[in-house]
Amino acid sequence: MADLTTNFLGISSPNPFWLASAPPTDKEYNVRRAFEAGWGGVVWKTLGEEGLPVVNVNGPRYGAIYGADRRLLGLNNIELITDRPLEVNLEEMARVKADYPDRALIASIMVPCEEAAWKAILPRVAETGADGIELNFGCPHGMSERGMGSAVGQVPEYIEMVTRWCKQNYDRPVIVKLTPNITDIRKPATAARNGGADAVSLINTINSITSIDLDNFAPEPTIDGKGSHGGYCGPAVKPIALSMVSEIARNPETRGLPISGIGGVTTWRDAAEFIALGAGNVQVCTAAMTYGFKIVEEMKRGLSEWMDEKGFARVEDFVGMAVPNVTDWQYLNLNYVTKARIDQEACIKCGRCYAACEDTSHQAIAMTPDRTFEVIDAECVACNLCVDVCPVENCISMERLAAGAVDPRTGRVVQEDYANWTTHPNNPMAPQAAE
Amino acid sequence: MTHPLTPGVAAGRLTTEEIEANFADLHPPLDQHEAHVAADRCYFCHDAPCITACPTDIDIPLFIRQISTGQPEAAARTILEQNILGGMCARVCPTETLCEQACVREMAEGKPVEIGRLQRFATDAMMTRQGHPFVRAAATGKHVAVVGAGPAGLACAHRLAMKGHKVTIYEAKEKPGGLNEYGLAAYKTTDDFAAREVDWLLGIGGIEIAYGRMLGGDLSLDALREGHDAVFLGIGLGAVNALEMPGDAEAANAVDFIAALRQAGDLRALPVGRNVVVIGGGMTAVDAAVQARLLGAENVTLAYRRDRDRMGASKFEQDLAASKGVRIISNVMPVALEDGTMVLEYTADVDGRLQGTGERIELPADQVLRAIGQMLVPLGDLGLERGKIAVAGAGRSGIAGVWAGGDCTPGEDLTVVAVAEGRDAAEDIHAALMQA
Ligand SMILES: Cc1cc2nc3c(=O)[nH]c(=O)nc-3n(C[C@H](O)[C@H](O)[C@H](O)COP(=O)(O)OP(=O)(O)OC[C@H]3O[C@@H](n4cnc5c(N)ncnc54)[C@H](O)[C@@H]3O)c2cc1C
Ligand SMILES: Cc1cc2nc3c(=O)[nH]c(=O)nc-3n(C[C@H](O)[C@H](O)[C@H](O)COP(=O)(O)O)c2cc1C
Ligand code: SF4
Repeated sequence: MADLTTNFLGISSPNPFWLASAPPTDKEYNVRRAFEAGWGGVVWKTLGEEGLPVVNVNGPRYGAIYGADRRLLGLNNIELITDRPLEVNLEEMARVKADYPDRALIASIMVPCEEAAWKAILPRVAETGADGIELNFGCPHGMSERGMGSAVGQVPEYIEMVTRWCKQNYDRPVIVKLTPNITDIRKPATAARNGGADAVSLINTINSITSIDLDNFAPEPTIDGKGSHGGYCGPAVKPIALSMVSEIARNPETRGLPISGIGGVTTWRDAAEFIALGAGNVQVCTAAMTYGFKIVEEMKRGLSEWMDEKGFARVEDFVGMAVPNVTDWQYLNLNYVTKARIDQEACIKCGRCYAACEDTSHQAIAMTPDRTFEVIDAECVACNLCVDVCPVENCISMERLAAGAVDPRTGRVVQEDYANWTTHPNNPMAPQAAE
Repeated sequence: MTHPLTPGVAAGRLTTEEIEANFADLHPPLDQHEAHVAADRCYFCHDAPCITACPTDIDIPLFIRQISTGQPEAAARTILEQNILGGMCARVCPTETLCEQACVREMAEGKPVEIGRLQRFATDAMMTRQGHPFVRAAATGKHVAVVGAGPAGLACAHRLAMKGHKVTIYEAKEKPGGLNEYGLAAYKTTDDFAAREVDWLLGIGGIEIAYGRMLGGDLSLDALREGHDAVFLGIGLGAVNALEMPGDAEAANAVDFIAALRQAGDLRALPVGRNVVVIGGGMTAVDAAVQARLLGAENVTLAYRRDRDRMGASKFEQDLAASKGVRIISNVMPVALEDGTMVLEYTADVDGRLQGTGERIELPADQVLRAIGQMLVPLGDLGLERGKIAVAGAGRSGIAGVWAGGDCTPGEDLTVVAVAEGRDAAEDIHAALMQA
């Protein structure tokens, strides 16, 4: 059996599944139950300054996007950081950590962008015995208007500065949580590294409005006739998170910087994907909020099962294994030629591939009166749309044309060797062959 | 007090509660949550096979998508544009041999999208408030006679009214609906739905129904042609085939038994035998047998002369009968009914001809119901094809200005087919009248 124990920044946890800083980790009651359910660690709900805590709205905080069967695909929230007093949170953290020494407990912090504020809170967090801190530079609403959260996360200089203060005033690992609400994720990640961060975690939520109430003409969730943008999370954001994680993993300035992967992790498979792209562990929020703490059981069993199949004894055995295969478009092999193939046995004759290809793509699927669908190789550009819209898994697949075969679409012989856009004759930037 | 074992033919075999439970909706309506779960399963197929399989060509994937986007009444409109009796069809169509058989998810998983129940969800949404979604075009000044207020006649009349024509329906009986009112199984159309649906349909305006008027009785085809711009015949099949055996006179028509049941105010008051034998193998035979059981008959046997797979009733209907405790005996033919005993003889197919094998079986029979097919009551000079009114194109009979559709013309005897034929004839009549 695979060993799921992970050692992230020297912080050991029995598995790589941590609960992200959010309502599931907002109090002792939740965190104890999460640990009993088997979560490897938690990042406590973000702490604010000493004094009167923030207040949340008293109306609805969440909006949602659904797939078939009301399956929650995306969640949007307008919640702030913890609205409970700092000392209450600190006491609870200390108690929980003492009772669960084998689990990771990280304190998430967001205080104003002044050194004094950080100097005040860091020693108090250290006293709880927390294993490390995570700097919340991500929250896109409520706190950013006060010059915190993503307002800091969008300015690399601030990230670097605050990270440095923390490294100077705190002796355990410092994780910088990044906001995706920027154009180039490599900039804030580089700033974090320059400030001395031990790791980055990403992504925080994405600015979003999930829906408009068409009776009241206001964004949902609606508070007394008004709504504001919130932060988007859940399965829908996973692709964005994966891409950002991969960029940090590939970027020469940040390569090797430990990453805690966050964003839409819902199953063991999502977790494995983040880890393959370089994450040392993952954090989960929406999946737990949707299905309860018990889903960690599926994640643990699934990851372990898959690792056994693949022969990975420990999680670090496959961290970053997909990173070398993430490349830029211009380096993709243009001599890799495929054609769609429809498995007639598996086909249920819904015709969605036909509608998609005929109406919106390349007219490369033929339909007979008895609803047989066949690919026309002379038209198929191998775009994959038919595969994506087919309701039956593996019914349509992409088959590679062997070298030496003729592609009936172009009439050209498929070449064995690798060739990409950088040297393609159509590329005005390509070095021209000498006359 | 009578009970299931009371000998002979008797009323009140079951308690009121048992009767109510037995005659409750066969396919109860979906609630909103169930409807959304069911609607989410539709793939929105290209050139969807379910549409092709529907005799009225309802755009099924479109109406299902309208349900899933939260607009059941708009979905109902999509249905009713094609099939004005979409509410009844949602209840009585043998979907297992029509749209749902063609659904790609039947092929994929053996579980089609529940099209019939979704159709009911949509149409109920509109019809519970009796909202009528269509308006009449400007009056054309034309007047069309429709004979018969069954599904064919009603569909034809509605479409004609929508086009701006004036319609008079001449109906022999005192109530509209045809077999919707008198024939369909009670557990498929509960709460007087047939009558409510006709009321709702007439909401279009411009349709008058003259009851107690019978073509071949007080009305002649010539007189109708004389007094109207066109005539549509939707008279169904009024006669019933007889059993060629001694004792046939002791047997009753299954359709009469069912009609009495459909019209009964109190089903407990309806007498039924302890031992009932139904002769036949179609939908009518199954409905009669099942309803006899539901009324409290102890033993109900359905006797069919050929193999099970030749029965007109679908597999679903056969299973329904079996689940209600009806015994189906196949390959037997009636020989005689004497002194409360039904004598049957086993049959064999010899060179394509059905013959008795000589082996007999006898069943106690307090009540025998014949359900071996309905026939057209012949009408004057109308040309016939296989015993029904011969038509060409969209229901044009051999006589100019006379159209026909539904059970009285060749084709499958189904409510939905009658609706399609009535509707298409109306379009053809409209085209003809507007050309003239
Ligand atoms: C017992 C039974 C159960 C059935 N179950 C189903 C089912 O579950 N699903 C399904 O799809 N189909 C079912 N059917 C078939 C379906 O009922 C018919 O196909 C459908 O009703 C035909 O419609 P129609 O308008 O052609 O005829 P009908 O419904 O028979 O209507 C004909 C109308 O014309 C009137 N009429 C007849 N002669 C004259 C005349 N000379 N002058 C004036 N008026 C006249 C009649 O009184 C009647 O109102 C069943 C049939 C029976 C008998
Ligand atoms: C295959 C594909 C190609 C696209 N190409 C372009 C493009 O060339 N230019 C552009 O501005 N947007 C392009 N888009 C983005 C779309 O115009 C649109 O902004 C985006 O898909 C979001 O809309 P939707 O998800 O609601 O469809 C493309 C989208 C897809 C799916
Ligand atoms: S065949 Fe089934 S899945 Fe396809 S459109 Fe019709 S109902 Fe939907």
